[in-house]
Formats: sequence, C-alpha cells, structure tokens
Amino acid sequence: MNVSVGLVGRLGALAALAAVVVLLPAALSNFHTYQFAFVGIYFIAIVGLNVLTGYSGQISLGQGAFMAIGAYTTTILSVDHGVGVYWTIPVAGILTGLIGFAFGFPALRLTGVYLALATFALAIAVGLMAKSFDGLTGGGGGKSLHLPSSPIGGVAWQVWLYYLTWAIAAALLAAAWLILRGEFGRSLRALRDAPIAATSFGISLARFKTLAFAIAAFYAGIAGSLFAITVAYVNPDTFPVALSILLLTGAVLGGLGSLLGMVFGALFIEFAPLYAEKLNNSAPTVIYGLILLAVLFLMPEGAAGLIKKANRALKRASRRE
Amino acid sequence: MPLLELTGVEASYGPVKALHGISLSVDEGQAVAILGANGAGKTTTLRAVSGTVHTSGEIVFDGHRIARRPAESIARLGIAHVPEGRGILAELSVRENVLLGGVVRRDRKAVKADIGRALEYFPRIAERAKQQAGTLSGGEQQMLALARALVSRPRLLLLDEPSLGLAPTAVSEFFRVVRALNQEEGMTILVVEQNAKIVLASTQYGYVLEVGEVALHGTSEELKGHEGVRASYLGY
Amino acid sequence: MASFFQYVVVGLSNGGIYATLALALVLIHRATGIVNFAQGEMGMFATYLAWSLIYTAGITYWLSFSLTLALAFLGGMFVYLAIIRPFSHRSELTVVMVTIALLVILNGAAGWIWSPQQKFFESPFPLSVLSVRGVVMSAQDLGVIAVSAACALIVWLLFRFTRIGLQLRASALGPATSRLLGIRVTLMLGIGWGLAAMLSAVSGMMAAPVVVLTPSFMLIVLTYAFAAAVLGGIDSPFGAVAGAYILGVGISLLSGYVHQIGPELQLPVALGVLLLVLMVRPNGLFGHPIVRRV
Repeated sequence: MNVSVGLVGRLGALAALAAVVVLLPAALSNFHTYQFAFVGIYFIAIVGLNVLTGYSGQISLGQGAFMAIGAYTTTILSVDHGVGVYWTIPVAGILTGLIGFAFGFPALRLTGVYLALATFALAIAVGLMAKSFDGLTGGGGGKSLHLPSSPIGGVAWQVWLYYLTWAIAAALLAAAWLILRGEFGRSLRALRDAPIAATSFGISLARFKTLAFAIAAFYAGIAGSLFAITVAYVNPDTFPVALSILLLTGAVLGGLGSLLGMVFGALFIEFAPLYAEKLNNSAPTVIYGLILLAVLFLMPEGAAGLIKKANRALKRASRRE
Repeated sequence: MPLLELTGVEASYGPVKALHGISLSVDEGQAVAILGANGAGKTTTLRAVSGTVHTSGEIVFDGHRIARRPAESIARLGIAHVPEGRGILAELSVRENVLLGGVVRRDRKAVKADIGRALEYFPRIAERAKQQAGTLSGGEQQMLALARALVSRPRLLLLDEPSLGLAPTAVSEFFRVVRALNQEEGMTILVVEQNAKIVLASTQYGYVLEVGEVALHGTSEELKGHEGVRASYLGY
Repeated sequence: MASFFQYVVVGLSNGGIYATLALALVLIHRATGIVNFAQGEMGMFATYLAWSLIYTAGITYWLSFSLTLALAFLGGMFVYLAIIRPFSHRSELTVVMVTIALLVILNGAAGWIWSPQQKFFESPFPLSVLSVRGVVMSAQDLGVIAVSAACALIVWLLFRFTRIGLQLRASALGPATSRLLGIRVTLMLGIGWGLAAMLSAVSGMMAAPVVVLTPSFMLIVLTYAFAAAVLGGIDSPFGAVAGAYILGVGISLLSGYVHQIGPELQLPVALGVLLLVLMVRPNGLFGHPIVRRV
C-alpha cells in the first residue's frame, strides 16, 4: 500500500483545508473569527511575496510598504472621494501593482542583498512619506474609515469580513498557482536558480523580474486594502518596517516556493506575536527573533520543507513493505 | 628520521576518493619530486600535508603528528605550501604579498633580513614592489609566491605544479632557483610537477603516483632511466 | 553665502555619523561577504550600554565611551563566531534572514532591558557655537566631524600600516591562501566584526544626542549608511566614507534651499537620488565592477 501524498492526496489536503476555512467561523467566537480574517489578509500578502522571493529569488523587505500603499489607496478613495469601499479593493491592487512594476525597473540593477537593501529603504521611506504628505494621508494622525458592517442581515460583520477575505484569498491563490505552473513559473525559477544560464536561453531578465515585483505588489495592495477595511483606521505606524520583516519571516517559515505553506506563515504572523507576548510580556520580539534563528538553522525550508521531508520518509517506509 | 613521513594516507573530496593509501618520506635537505598524470592525486598529496584536505592515515612532520590539524597551525610549524595557481592576493601590492610571508612570525628583524634575501633571488620582483600583484605575469607571480614562501623561513617547501601556465624560460629560471635553494641552502623541498624532465633534474628522489597510489619510487637518476617513466612522462 | 557653509558643516556632521556606520558595513562585507542588517542595532545596543554606564553607574563620559568600545568589540566578535559562522555555508537569503533575526533580537532586547521610552543621551561636546567670518557652526557638529574623521583615519592606518591590518585584508581577500601562510583566518574575521561593532558604537553615540535615544533610533541612520555604502561602492571603504559625506552635505543643501523638503522627506529624496545614481553606475561612484567568470 502506497502511503504517500500523491496528487490525490494533495487535492484531498486542499479540500480538507477548504472545508476548514468554510466551517471555521461556526466553531469560533466573533473575535477569533476576526483574528482569522487577518490570517487571510496576511496569507494574501505572503503568497504575493512568495512569488517574488520564493520563485524569482528576489529578496524583498518592502512587502509591508506595498500593503501601506494599498491601504492608503482604499482609505483615501473611500473616505475622501466616497468610492464604495469594496470597489476600492481591485483599484488598490492595480495601483500598487503598477507602483511595484515601476519599482522593479531600477531594482533590476540590484541583485540579492542590494535588492533587499533597496526594499528595506523603500519600507522606511514609505512610512516617512505617509507622515509628510499629510494633506493626502492625514499625516501622523491617520485616517479613519467607516466601521465595517455586514451587508447580509443576521451575519456578524466579523464573519462577513472573514468570508470576504478568504474568498479573495482563495481566488488569488488559484491565480498564483495558475501563473506559476506554466512557463512563467518555470522561467522565474530558472532566473532564481541559474540566472546566467537562463538569460543565455533568452529569458528576459527584465520582463520577468519586474513582473514578479508587480505581482507581489498587487497582492500586497489587495491585502493592505482589506486590512484598512478590517481595521477601519490607518496611520503611518500601521505598516512599519517590522511588518515587512514579519511578512518575510512568515514566508520563510511557511516555506518559500510552496504556496500552501503560506497558510502556516500567515498563522505565524497573526498569532506568534500574541503568544510571544504571553510567554514574556516585555520581550516578545526577542523570543520571536530567537524562534526565527532556530527555524533558519534547523528547518531552512520552513514548514513546507518539513512536510516534504515527512512525505519522503513515508514514501521510503511504504516502499520497503 | 625523515623530516616528513606519510603513512597510508587516504583523502577524499566528498564521495570521490583521491588518495588510496600513500606512503612517502622526505629527508631533511632533500628535494623530492612527485610525478603523475592528471588526477593521479599529486596535488591532493600536498594538500594532505598542508592540511587543506581531510585525510585519514599518519602524517609526521619533524616529530609532530599533523594529519588532522588545521592548516594555519601546520603552516606555523614551518611548512610553506605554494599552491596550484600560486595563490597570490591580486589586490595587494607585490611588497604586501611578500610581507605576508612573515606576517605571523615574531622575530621582526630576522623577517626583514629574510625579505632582503628573498628579493635577492628575485630581482625582478624587487623592481615591481609597489605594483599590484595581479598585474604581474604568470612567471613573475610564481616567483612572487616562492619569495613569499621563503620569507616564512620554512623547514619544508611544498611546490604544486609551478610550471603550469608558464613560458619555458620562466620555468627554467624558476627551477634554477629551486636547485639553488636546495643545493646551496639545504632547503627541504617536495615538488609536484608534470614536467618530469625538469623536475627530475632538480631533485634527488621521486615518487610516481597513479590513481591515488604510489606506483613507483626511486632516486631521480633511477627514474630518469626507467622504461615506463621514460615512455609515459619523458616522451621517449 | 554664510548659510551655504552652515549647511555644509551640518551636512558633514550628519555625514560623519553615516560614514562611521557605512565603514562598518563595508568592513563586514569585505571580510565576510555579508550585508549586515543588524549593524545599526549593534550600534544602538552599544549606545544603550554606554547610557547605563553613564547614567546608572555614574561613570564619566569618555571612560564610558571607551568601555563601550571594548564591550562592542567583544560583542561583535561573539556575534560572528556564535551566530554568523554557523550559517556560513547557507544561501544568501538565509544569511540575510539571520542578520534580520539579529536585528529583531537586539531591538527587542533593548526595549526589554532599558524600556522603549525615550532617553536623553548627552553629547561630550559643549553646547557653544563658533562664528568664523559670519558662518555659525556648533561645537557639537565640529566635534562629530572630528570624531568620525578620526575613526576613518584610524581604520585606514590600521589596515594599511599594521601587521594585523595586513592579516585582516589577506583573510578577507583570500582565506584559503591566508591559512597556508599561518594566518588564523577565523580569528581575523572575528576581529573584523569586532572592529565593525566598535565603529557602529561610535556612530550610535554620536547620533544619540541628536536623534533621541530609543530602540529604533538607528534604523534611519542604518538606511542612510546603506545608501552611502551603495553610493560609494559596497566594497570600497573610501567610497563608503566619501559617499556618506556627499550624501550628508547633499541632503543638507537640498533641504536647506528647497523648502518643500521637510525633515521627513529627506530620506526618501536621498533614496531617490541613490536609485538614480545606481541606474547610471550600478557599482556606485567609486566601486569596481564585479566581473564574474561565466
């Protein structure tokens, strides 16, 4: 009997996951459902980051900055211009995606760590610019959105937001999977693993790298937009450098190169800081940094890597029978 | 008691075994050659001595067992390894490269004297003292590497394929210096070479390696006259 | 005209703070090929140690300064040997993440040990002001310029003219060859990290009187220092220092004469300029192109 996780197994796992996502609010309080809405938001953000860092190998510490752009887009459009808040979601995504694409061009000159530096600088710069252009952004005081309300009578707004977020997450996950399984994904991975060989095969470095940036930014923009809607408030401190770091950490822990692994990553991002705070009230970040170091040392391929290893071990065991 | 003795030395690069049990010895004041085709394990043998490859077996130098010691501590015992490709630090000046030879020695005045003597052997290097080492020709870099090794005042000199990439005149000049060092100064030398003719003319003893083992050894005279050696390595 | 020179002096002072940290970044990059995202936080942590020495233990400023440098040296060496070296064979992304983890740990630890509240950190320089031909300069700025210039000079002298400097350079340029020469390469690289930590500490202690002391106060300095190092060429110590001064003076002049550029926009403008420079000269103003054999 072959006890390995083949294609059927993977579809089964996906179906199980989908079932959990659909049924979860029934088992949880409204508050916990609200927390899991954030898991969905982070999931979207790091799936996008995974395309950039996991598949095309470009280290980005700026995903939080792109989230900020998406969040502010939604806020400004809905508060200052009366645009229906849910219509702003795709607008935020597209606008952020275009900015990401534009950022991709100068970023072409930079590889590896230099790119990480540039995105780190971007993260810091966006925060400062949000403070500075206060006519637009409300400066340090920030801007409030209308409190979220469920358009469906009888359904709590937390539950509504949860399903909205996860529905979008599911659609975007499918989109990412489709984009990555074809030639695009292969080209990205070729660029990541053997850039010189890939370019000599005619794969346009420029086109794919900037596209990868655009995709990551688009996803972050949507995540940021949803974030603004869910929290109903943004200010420059909502998306600090720490968030970009947390997003990258979540992606690494989930397992770069694995889309489903991002579920673990998103869970980590939402709940780890809370648990770390419970462990040690004054130094949650220290704990969280130590966990990161430990994981980097012991499981560099993250949760997804661990599952792969377990899967291989199962395969070997079942073959011996 | 030989100055250097290898007994049953094995070495691998990952899964590939390069040495299958080498035994050789070098007496103090001797110049010994290691011959063999590409891949025979000549370079690996020198690396085993200088500690830059992981080995099993025994290596004794001057009474010390050095087989699994870190490279820098072996070097401090008085072994100078001029590696394949010369190992010149191209971004540093010629002078700085020479200074590096003595940088871990404590006796500053003696180091200065040694630098002076080394440069006497290589006047062309002395001329180019301020140049960036990377701008030197292959032959000059080989001289520089040897000068640097001399400044460390080694008990044992390991030379790895010095003739590689050098013009014939540079090769003969280099080995002229090698002979002078051995015959006039009594320097103990272990030299790996593919150019069998010139190395057998500059040494007293030799080992021929094949596929990671010692296939043959004897005095350089004996090896020069040996049928097999003549056919494979001397071309006649 | 006087205001021009005043802007220049302020720019050189800020530039000096960036230059010292940028020099640390370049040192580490040349020695171990790593871009250390935690470099600023190492300086921050050292500055907090100095704060404790000065304000909790009551030790005088310059003695605390020196003790802090010694502690920073040991700390930097420890970080290299205990945390960075175990990851030396891993991918670039992993190493970046390690330095980021270190950033997070140091930031959190500082907030934990000393509380995240703003603290006052004194300047060793008098509050007086000099006036030379109508140009008004603060002793603080002049002092910072002097200290950072001294650091750059000392580092230069160390590397060029001492035996240990030669060993450090050799270890960075050719670790395998250096081992064959008897150089204790691992120790040398550890010393390199220790020196870089010392420089970061100086940068932090010079910046703290200007920018109030909080656990995140060095993040912006780090960003400027990165910009300076990349501007000057990440492997060129001279370039990093020059880049930092150019950046400092440039921003000071720009924000002095262009009034729309308030304090918060200085960094984004600097980064914009940096991106422009990189598009034209990807290796920085003074960097060497890295030729890779394919």
